Amino acid sequence: MTAFSPSRLARRRSGSRLPDRLFRGSSRALAWALVVSLIGLGAMLLVNGWGAFATFGPGFVIGTDWDPVKNIYGALPFIVGTLLSSAIALVIAAPIGLLTAIFLAELAPRRIAIPLTFTIELLAAIPSVVFGLWGVFVLSPFLQSTIEAWAVDTLGWIPIFAGPPFGVGLFAAGVILSIMILPTIVSIAREVIGSIPNSQREAMYALGATRWEVVTRAVLPAARSGIAGAIILGFGRALGETMAVTMVIGNAQRIPQSLFDQAQTIASQIATTFNEAQVGIQTSSLIALGLVLLVITLGLNVAARVLVGRTATGAGGR
Amino acid sequence: MTTPMDTGAEAATRARLTGPRTASRRAVTDRLMRLLALVATLLCVLPLGAVLVFVTINGIGALNIDLLTKAPRALGNGGGALNAIAGTLQMVPLAALIAVPVGVAGGIYVSEFAGARAGRVVRFAADVLVGVPSILIGLFVFTFLVLPFKQFNAFAGSVSLALIMVPVILRTTEEMLGLVPRSLREGALALGIPVWRTVLSVVIPSGLGGILTGVMLALARAMGETAPLLFTALGSRLVNVGDFGRPMDALPLFIYMNARQPYEAQNQQAWGAAFLLMLMVLIINVAVRARTWGRQIGG
Repeated sequence: MTAFSPSRLARRRSGSRLPDRLFRGSSRALAWALVVSLIGLGAMLLVNGWGAFATFGPGFVIGTDWDPVKNIYGALPFIVGTLLSSAIALVIAAPIGLLTAIFLAELAPRRIAIPLTFTIELLAAIPSVVFGLWGVFVLSPFLQSTIEAWAVDTLGWIPIFAGPPFGVGLFAAGVILSIMILPTIVSIAREVIGSIPNSQREAMYALGATRWEVVTRAVLPAARSGIAGAIILGFGRALGETMAVTMVIGNAQRIPQSLFDQAQTIASQIATTFNEAQVGIQTSSLIALGLVLLVITLGLNVAARVLVGRTATGAGGR
Repeated sequence: MTTPMDTGAEAATRARLTGPRTASRRAVTDRLMRLLALVATLLCVLPLGAVLVFVTINGIGALNIDLLTKAPRALGNGGGALNAIAGTLQMVPLAALIAVPVGVAGGIYVSEFAGARAGRVVRFAADVLVGVPSILIGLFVFTFLVLPFKQFNAFAGSVSLALIMVPVILRTTEEMLGLVPRSLREGALALGIPVWRTVLSVVIPSGLGGILTGVMLALARAMGETAPLLFTALGSRLVNVGDFGRPMDALPLFIYMNARQPYEAQNQQAWGAAFLLMLMVLIINVAVRARTWGRQIGG
């Protein structure tokens, strides 16, 4: 793209004619409208959520009670629920996603890899609410009667595996999220792995390495930061995912006591209570929750982009 | 991909060079991990299959004429999803009507007019906006299109969906125009054609296929979004045709609301609506991606 920058029309003609000036001006205005909406979004959350921070101070983030009756709002249960459900998703999706990306980029023949890639990209197109519906009526009962029942029976003496297995809860949310972030992790990791120059692999083959050794010693080290970026982007998606999580996490406004307990995330708390919230400190607290979510997801997104970009540019130079 | 296949001859050579015992252990590890990668890939595809199968089976079971032609009745006593179907078919096109001009114009600006720094800023903002959780977009639009009017309305719903579409359209447009060769622009300008005509009649048509792909994918995404509609369009049991100043239902909202009801009949309607929604979204995706996909294989 940068190759075309000398041909930018702006440079060719300074836009002396009126229609040209209009055309350029309006396209610029619309482009900046997007930047302005983004800033407006952040500003709105800050302004309208400020009341909660002003009233509760740091207690808003570390408080454990969310009680509209007493008008006390502490966000810790939702922050914990968000981080835990996304962490579960990551534990499941990161290894599976990475192995899949390796299979698609390095191991599978092209005529298998292309349709598989296509299929996994379709997974990303399924609406969140459809995943949620499937999660409530199919996945949760399945988990409840299989994995959860088994874990509670055999490992129940360990506190995090303590029952009862609700089906709907933190674990189900993590599993649904892992399915939803797999396409993100796979497609980015696959591209990053594909961008590693072939000379790396050939050098390793020349030393008599097996295919797996080539992958782990020549390809993965070079793709390291890009893969980390892919996983962080997946994590960021999981944190902000709303509908499917809202439907399967159980909507309990407390810090989950075990893996199978019911919980609530920031996004699901906003989704389920905002419309009924009293205008004033309760609304303000929910918007402040949104601000916390925005800060976490944006931070992760920017970090991930930097990491992915580093592999993309670094690989060519090596 | 481009790596050579492991042949028996190679393995034999390796075995001779490194000694039989280490070679066999390494070969076993190699085979084991490759198998594991295959299993992981199947695990990736499995949920897609499961969702497709369950939504199709349950959805077709719930499909009937009433679902397509009637508004819902109380407590799930019959009725259908016409309110939701009509809502989606109105709100999504209006969202596209807002998002396509803004997104395409923004893409034109970044690709044709913006200096390096302005281009970077707009591009970065678009990428960030794609990463913003969609529920926050709903909150944002709520504060300036719902709160002042004290009325949930379908227009706010369309604006929320448009905010989700714009960055996607902007980025694809910009990338597609970046692929248009500069000689085309220079040729047009050399003929004395003004810049705006050059862009609209020469540059845009060359990148049109790609831009349309981006628009269709953004449309499919907006169609399935629920969270931004919760605080804007709200949802409605009535069939709302054309009144964008009032609440309106949409298929995703309909699925969400009915899945939470205790009545079996309403859950059934949720499955039926999910089937319709998934059908629309997947048809768009397959149609659009199959084009690019065919090109990939051919080229």
